[in-house]
Amino acid sequence: MAKEKDSCVQPAGGPIAPKTAESQPKTTVQEEPRMNIARVGHEAPDFEASAYVKDVGFKNVKLSDYRGKWVALCFYPGDFTFV
Amino acid sequence: MNVEVLAVSTDSRFTHKMWQEHELSKMVEGGVPFPLLSDGGGRIGAVYGVYEEAAGVDIRGRFIIDPNGVILGMEVLTPEVGRNVSELFRQIQAYQHVQATGEVTPSGWQPGKPTLTPGPDLVGKVWQQWQPKMAFE
Repeated sequence: MAKEKDSCVQPAGGPIAPKTAESQPKTTVQEEPRMNIARVGHEAPDFEASAYVKDVGFKNVKLSDYRGKWVALCFYPGDFTFV
Repeated sequence: MNVEVLAVSTDSRFTHKMWQEHELSKMVEGGVPFPLLSDGGGRIGAVYGVYEEAAGVDIRGRFIIDPNGVILGMEVLTPEVGRNVSELFRQIQAYQHVQATGEVTPSGWQPGKPTLTPGPDLVGKVWQQWQPKMAFE
């Protein structure tokens, strides 16, 4: 295993806004990229997060890297909590 | 079933490492095999509708995402109640069956139990193939 090189702060992309199609007409007003909200039957909003992975160490993980696989994405309130 | 698990909380990756080494590895030999993701600030949780601002944590939400990146199912619970992993397995098995066969799974379906094939011939005749008691068997 390669020696970990990791500083105190590891930037990760967080939520990633979908790319707008090139063909869309450009508006004069600069718009914030719109984040999709998670809904069933719709594409899962992409994101990048820093992570700890057993036997690997620290790495950034992107949801879209899991295309082609079934994913169970599980949020939980915190490490060392009771349930 | 072939499913990748991603676990996300607002803890840092350093806390995740300590949790794995000091507690999880005592519950699961060698520690949990899936990545523990850090959602500091809850920005990812906010997009998934699970970030609780008052507490600054992501509450218990789980999302089934298929190989095309589409969310098929979600379940969100307040922190006090844990998940039912069997139900997660059942739903994934049902979705995998549906995608493989084009059949649909009625209420209470478990692997091996009858499915329905939607179409004009089934209209008004579901009662012949499915009864409410089957949801509880």
